Amino acid sequence: MSSVSAVAPLRQESRLRSLADFYWTTIRLAVVEQFQYRAATYMYILGMVAEPVIYLVVWSTIADQSGGSVNGLTAGQFAAYYIVWTLVRTMNIVFTPYGWEWRIREGQLSGQLLRPLHPIHYDIAFFAGGKIPWLLYYLPIAGVLAIIFDPTFDVRPAELAVFAVAIWGAYLIRTFNQTAVGLVTFWTTRVGALFSLYSVLELLLSGRLVPLSLMPGWVQSIAWVLPFRWTFYFPIEALVGNLSDAQLLAGLGMQVLWMLIGIGVFSLVWRHAIRRYTAVGN
Amino acid sequence: MTTLRVALLHLRVGAMKDLQYRVNFALQILQSLLTIAVGLIVFQLVFSYTAELNGWTHSELIALLGVQAVMAGVIHSVIQPNMMRLTEDVREGKLDYALTKPVDAQMLVSVREVQLWQAVDIVTGGVLIGIALVQLGGDVGLVDAVAFGAALALGAVLLYCFWLVLATGSFWVIQMWFLPELFEGIFQTGRWPVGIYPDWLRFGITFLVPIAFAVTVPAEVVTSRLDWQTLTFAALFTVAAFVVSRRFWRYGLRSYTGASA
Repeated sequence: MSSVSAVAPLRQESRLRSLADFYWTTIRLAVVEQFQYRAATYMYILGMVAEPVIYLVVWSTIADQSGGSVNGLTAGQFAAYYIVWTLVRTMNIVFTPYGWEWRIREGQLSGQLLRPLHPIHYDIAFFAGGKIPWLLYYLPIAGVLAIIFDPTFDVRPAELAVFAVAIWGAYLIRTFNQTAVGLVTFWTTRVGALFSLYSVLELLLSGRLVPLSLMPGWVQSIAWVLPFRWTFYFPIEALVGNLSDAQLLAGLGMQVLWMLIGIGVFSLVWRHAIRRYTAVGN
Repeated sequence: MTTLRVALLHLRVGAMKDLQYRVNFALQILQSLLTIAVGLIVFQLVFSYTAELNGWTHSELIALLGVQAVMAGVIHSVIQPNMMRLTEDVREGKLDYALTKPVDAQMLVSVREVQLWQAVDIVTGGVLIGIALVQLGGDVGLVDAVAFGAALALGAVLLYCFWLVLATGSFWVIQMWFLPELFEGIFQTGRWPVGIYPDWLRFGITFLVPIAFAVTVPAEVVTSRLDWQTLTFAALFTVAAFVVSRRFWRYGLRSYTGASA
């Protein structure tokens, strides 16, 4: 009898507490794993840094050619934009739709469905944990870029605080959106075509390609009502731009809105999608 | 002669394997068109703020983008798949299968994989170059065409040599999964004239990673700004790169310890 009573409290462990425990363990695991192959990871990050450096060089060249600034942005401001860009890009790394395609097509999802926890918790925790080593990797790169390109920074404490929150908001919004795209694999088995279209839209309308203020007015209007700019342009602008306190708060509000929409769409798709799961591989 | 025949046979079998998967063809066309579209949109943006970039006009940059796409097609269809397979084979100890064949091992490891549909980029790149040529309006003589073909071929060989050096690194370094990402990132620099980059970067993408030779030089032929000295120098550099990379490959091979043997 005594052994039964010893087991009982374990079952009554609160749901919230076990969830927190799960997140903590997964995050620690991710940190350790990302520290494992440092050299290889660094090489990967260096490849990633090429993209903003190219944009930066192109726009600084244009700024220099046209008397110091393009549309009000100086070379120093471009430098600040693209250096912070790199940090935001790092924060924006989430489990890709190709990962979902692999899980579903190869039947890897079967095992995960047996757990008493939705698989997305693992994705959120694991990729959040990976940010810690990646941010550490990123710091020296940002330092070198700052020495080379001489950015103009003028940061208020409020901006810094909003930025620190907004990069995590961006991470969550992007997680839900990309998961929703990935779940389409339940119907199509391949996600490449859809994800390519999605990525191009994001590239153009998020501020990843160029600061959105360089885009034509109608593109900016479209971007305002889509989620992409709130995961990229807004966090960067919060730090390097000159947003008022009201604008900063409005941006965070939009992030909350898109997070709720993301969770809603994701839950809806998931409910319908999971019924179609046939574990193609296993 | 046998070497060449074996190489062609391998490439043909690889192509036939890919021909089975027609949907991938459609996907690749979509992917290629999207990449080009983004490139053109960026140019549109750039030239809404300036009339020329470092002395290059809009049409000339389209030609450059075309050449970059052609090279991307060559790399992704033949060079990169083979080199990545090489790194995997070294890690898993499966290179023995290639080394024990009675043909040149370097040739063999360079022709075992073909991703035919990736070659779609060669076609879209060619179309872009055509459009740029019409816009530029200059007449292209036979000499220019030959020079352009030669510059492209030299560029392809140079990029192959560079990839071989990278992949040979797998004899000492186990984790090589980052190679495509790293290369892809650096390769994107080829979409813009090398002149815009700071000196250290320009030197890097000219001599360390031969992107300037592979992309800018052919584009310079199309936009008639090339002198024969540059092309000759590119040819000499290519020969040197081929010899050095082959030596390095042989040197690396000595460190190979086949786990499956």
